[in-house]
Amino acid sequence: MSEVRVENLSKSYGSACALDAVSLRFPDGGFFGLLGPSGSGKTTLLRAIAGFVEPDAGQVLICDRPVVDVPVEAREIGMVFQNYALFPNMSVSENVAFGLRVRRVPTVEAKARVAEVLELVQLGPLGDRRPHELSGGQRQRVAMARAIVTRPSVLLLDEPLSALDKALRVDMQIELKRIQREVGITTIFVTHDQEEALTLSDRIGILKGGRLIREGRPEEVYSDPGDVFTARFLGEANVLEGRAVDGALELAGGTRVARPADGATMIAVRPEHLSVSRDRPEIASALRADLRQRIFAGAMGTCVLHWEGQQLKAVARHEEFADLPESGPVWISWCDRHARGLRAE
Amino acid sequence: MRARNRSRIAGTLGRAYLAMILLFLYAPILVMAAMSFNASEFYQLPFEFSTTWYERMAGNDAILRAAARSIWIAMVVTAIATALGTASAVALWRYDFWGKRVLQVLLFPPIAIPWLITGTAMLIFFFGVGIGRGTPAVIIGHVALALPYVIVVVTARLATFERVLEEAARSLGASPWLATQAVMLPWIAPGVIAGALFAFAVSFDQFVISYFLSEPGDSTLPVLIYTAIRKGFTPEINAISTIIIAFSMVVMLIAARFTSFGGER
Repeated sequence: MSEVRVENLSKSYGSACALDAVSLRFPDGGFFGLLGPSGSGKTTLLRAIAGFVEPDAGQVLICDRPVVDVPVEAREIGMVFQNYALFPNMSVSENVAFGLRVRRVPTVEAKARVAEVLELVQLGPLGDRRPHELSGGQRQRVAMARAIVTRPSVLLLDEPLSALDKALRVDMQIELKRIQREVGITTIFVTHDQEEALTLSDRIGILKGGRLIREGRPEEVYSDPGDVFTARFLGEANVLEGRAVDGALELAGGTRVARPADGATMIAVRPEHLSVSRDRPEIASALRADLRQRIFAGAMGTCVLHWEGQQLKAVARHEEFADLPESGPVWISWCDRHARGLRAE
Repeated sequence: MRARNRSRIAGTLGRAYLAMILLFLYAPILVMAAMSFNASEFYQLPFEFSTTWYERMAGNDAILRAAARSIWIAMVVTAIATALGTASAVALWRYDFWGKRVLQVLLFPPIAIPWLITGTAMLIFFFGVGIGRGTPAVIIGHVALALPYVIVVVTARLATFERVLEEAARSLGASPWLATQAVMLPWIAPGVIAGALFAFAVSFDQFVISYFLSEPGDSTLPVLIYTAIRKGFTPEINAISTIIIAFSMVVMLIAARFTSFGGER
């Protein structure tokens, strides 16, 4: 079992609070994405697990072993840094072998393990190259190989793909996921790219201002964000606010729509769940809005709408989209099951 | 047309200026080197090639002893100054502590203060604390002079080292010391070598401090040359000076190769 847990982890720098009593469980063998805007504490959390940041309070447990007082080198972690941090004075093989050398693994075994892991990251023939002779994607693979060759209990990735260009990033996402599955190692990674987090993770945690505000499976968090920040941060959301009247929700302009089961007075509707039509649909939750802009993008089109001084966004499939006027008054509507109640922050 | 003429004139003037600088710098040295191979004791021309003065020098026990002494002192100074200087540079780079800025600024005046004054101060101080004159005093004095050079050169190299590399080594299981040794030291090695060469040159070429702090009769090469000149000039001095210059220039050229001293290569 190589589960990682943090319990009530707190850290402040002067008066700035980087982590505020964060408790979180990173399941064994899972791929956990830590997500948040810059300054949210995600990197501090990762570095606290690694041991580079000493928390003011709380505990980190790797495989049930409390490690707050254990130095980095004894925590049995693997880490991939933002700019890979490959050792410039060593070849690819020497970089990968470093962790084995430190552990005094016999040369023959070390060689075999380095070859095996280079094969896994598809860098077999490049062992003799120097880091500066490699492309960004190759460096990323070396960093990955170097981090997993020691068979650590946990793999920590600090914005591992941010130094790559967009096209390569998508390839590497697939690659990263493949390697992680094959090795089956508990992985925690930090990113500010929400799409990346949704693609890669089995579970995600969203941090803001040093606090963990949401944690769960990506689909779950996406479809039911729970609060305004998460709704807006993870994908796009139309947030509508109203007041409770007779068990219904009265929105600005007096339209009454169904109130979510949890009694919230704020709802989020994802752009893909908002339908736009010329005529009034036969759904109760419909509003009269002003279509300002239609942006055609192949299979899907985006509509920018105005409603009661608020800008809304809808994504429509081609047929639906083609039927709409260029601009002017339209109806927008949604199924009540797609309107999720939100907590104010 | 006129503009082109003007730039051509400027170019010619510039080259002439550079030529003059090199002439004033190197002509005396070249004359001295040439004279060390001239048979005449009184610099008479025509030039007649001879290695007499080199042979005479090789038979001069005082010169050889002084040369040997200069070299071993320089080696001891280099070892001490390089070790201390590198350690200080790393400490200044790694840690933030109270008074760090002041300490860094204080490293530079010793380079600028006239050696005569430093030498006098050291002499008074060493007598005050009971070390007095002699080899230990000379070595301490030279180390004090060489240290800022080593620190400055190593610090410049350290500025290009990425701290995250040490973190990477730690994450792979290396202790802090091992991380420093396996990752940082190879990176700063060119700076350390350059610093060592500077330290050697500072010690080997040092006259004032050595003169003040040496015991009479126990002189280093520069001190011996000075004393010899006062007694009367012989072309033997030209010979040993030529060797020293050749040696110093080689050392400085090697140092320049390891740093980007004098611009990027």
